[in-house]
Amino acid sequence: MMTTRILEGLGRFYIGLLLAFLYLPIIIMALMSFNVSPFYQLPFEWTTEWYASLWHNDQLIAATWNSLEIAIVTTIICVVLGSAASLALYRYEFRGKKLLQALLFPPIAIPWLITGTAMLIFFFGVGIGRGLFAILLGHVALALPYVIVVVSARLQTFAPELEEAARSLGANQWQVTMRVTLPWIMPGVIAGGLFAFAVSFDQFVVSYFLATPGQTTLPVEIYAAIRKGFTPEINAVSTIIIVVSMALMLLTARFFKFGGEK
Amino acid sequence: MAGVQVSNVSRSFGAHKALDDVSIDFADGGFYALLGPSGSGKTTLLRQIAGFDFPDSGRISIGGESVERVPVEKRRIGMVFQNYALFPNMSVADNVAFGLSVRGENKAVIASEVQRALDLVQLGKLGRRRPHQLSGGQRQRVALARAIVTKPRVLLLDEPLGALDKALRVDMQIELKRIQREIGITTIFVTHDQEEALTMSDRIGILRDGRLVQEGPPEEIYDRPKSEFAATFLGNANIFRGDATGNGIRLPDGTAIAAKVGDRLAGGAKASCAVRPERIRIATDAVVSDAADANMLKGKVSKRIFAGNNSTYFVERAGQTLKVIVQNTGADRLAEGQDVVLRWSPESTVLIAAG
Repeated sequence: MMTTRILEGLGRFYIGLLLAFLYLPIIIMALMSFNVSPFYQLPFEWTTEWYASLWHNDQLIAATWNSLEIAIVTTIICVVLGSAASLALYRYEFRGKKLLQALLFPPIAIPWLITGTAMLIFFFGVGIGRGLFAILLGHVALALPYVIVVVSARLQTFAPELEEAARSLGANQWQVTMRVTLPWIMPGVIAGGLFAFAVSFDQFVVSYFLATPGQTTLPVEIYAAIRKGFTPEINAVSTIIIVVSMALMLLTARFFKFGGEK
Repeated sequence: MAGVQVSNVSRSFGAHKALDDVSIDFADGGFYALLGPSGSGKTTLLRQIAGFDFPDSGRISIGGESVERVPVEKRRIGMVFQNYALFPNMSVADNVAFGLSVRGENKAVIASEVQRALDLVQLGKLGRRRPHQLSGGQRQRVALARAIVTKPRVLLLDEPLGALDKALRVDMQIELKRIQREIGITTIFVTHDQEEALTMSDRIGILRDGRLVQEGPPEEIYDRPKSEFAATFLGNANIFRGDATGNGIRLPDGTAIAAKVGDRLAGGAKASCAVRPERIRIATDAVVSDAADANMLKGKVSKRIFAGNNSTYFVERAGQTLKVIVQNTGADRLAEGQDVVLRWSPESTVLIAAG
């Protein structure tokens, strides 16, 4: 009885420690984005000055729009291509299918630094060079395997008789896919899309390699700004990003329960 | 509605011959059972008729139209799957409406047809439920309503009652038969349950190792099986093996068994006789003789299983265990270990060529 209580207490303490370790720096940063002092001085005095000045930082805003646009386009491309690829891998047997599936995973494990270098060299080699388009291509390549993995996992829970039943009722391939298969894998598609968005929006390394000085993404812009000299505006913009990213991840968790209940 | 003709259909998967030169004529409006053990090719045959898979050779026609290369979605068939395969993301009514909706029927027509189909399977009030809110029997009915609402030319059922418990299965058998009669649709039913095949179908086709072993009305197959396999797979049978004598067989120990049913075989050939357990009369002595029961064997009761309305006796005789089923008439029961005499008529004895 006594030991259980002690163990329980220890468990709670451990979880508390873990959460503090994870969230304390973020919370402090978020708080400081509302503090008057630019040098983290206490006492805390409330202000939204840094958020207001963010509005006038054209470079940061331009970078934010770039990031959003790239993330959204990446998401759309990855969801469409990734879902289609998952369906093809699910439905058809073809030569080299196993190899193709195996080759989908290593890009997830290869350090982004290496991927980024490789892409930079490759894009220069084929004449694409650097810039937003190169960044978009890079992000699509990074995010696509995530979508395929997530959608394929969902497809594993799909009963193939459902497609057969739909066909026996006269549905053509398109109708079968849109009305039977897609509704079933939708949670996976949404989760895959959120993954793709997060991979793109939070992407620094690959974007840094592929960005040109004038045209860049938010994480790269933040890095550049910090190198020039730290301002609480960075706290403000980081807080916004964290709120958006966490909201997306919570949505992912809500929609995607690795093949569990619907 | 339409009949289905399967002519010389073969289908192999690698080296495995799933269907080997199968021909069956399914007449318009009939209720057929394809019966066989697992791996016999019955489901493969159903999938060829449905159009999920195409034969390597042979022809399939529905209503006189050649369909062996027509994909399933263009064949106008209705199919009920073993696990119902209801669309989980749709309500019951939307499930039933699916076939009409993909054909582009207008909404009013769909709504009234769906209601009619649901009424037919006695689920008229459950249209708004989701499949997971239904019992097994109800799902079965929804699957049936969904399959017939498009007025298909033929209804295909792949072990549709396999997932139901015994009592529900009997109810559904009666229900299925009623609905089939009501709409008069040609129905082909795959099952491994011989009782189901016997009670429901007009004709039965027995398959084994991809070949059609025998085909005909249930009574004919039961009373005149053409092979040991057909005799033992559809119902119980006592099999005697020996040499043909012209009017029966002679067992290795010299006992003659007369047979008046089945093949006529020249003397000397290897042959078997099949006798249904309920056709054999069992008695403690030879006195109660009946001229018609010309076949007689002596044996010893090794076991009795009482099943209420009848008892099954296992009788040992010359190294063979024979089964005898006796109706419960209130007469004296025989004890295990008792010496008995078995008698049955040549009319109850089916002569089968060895093979």
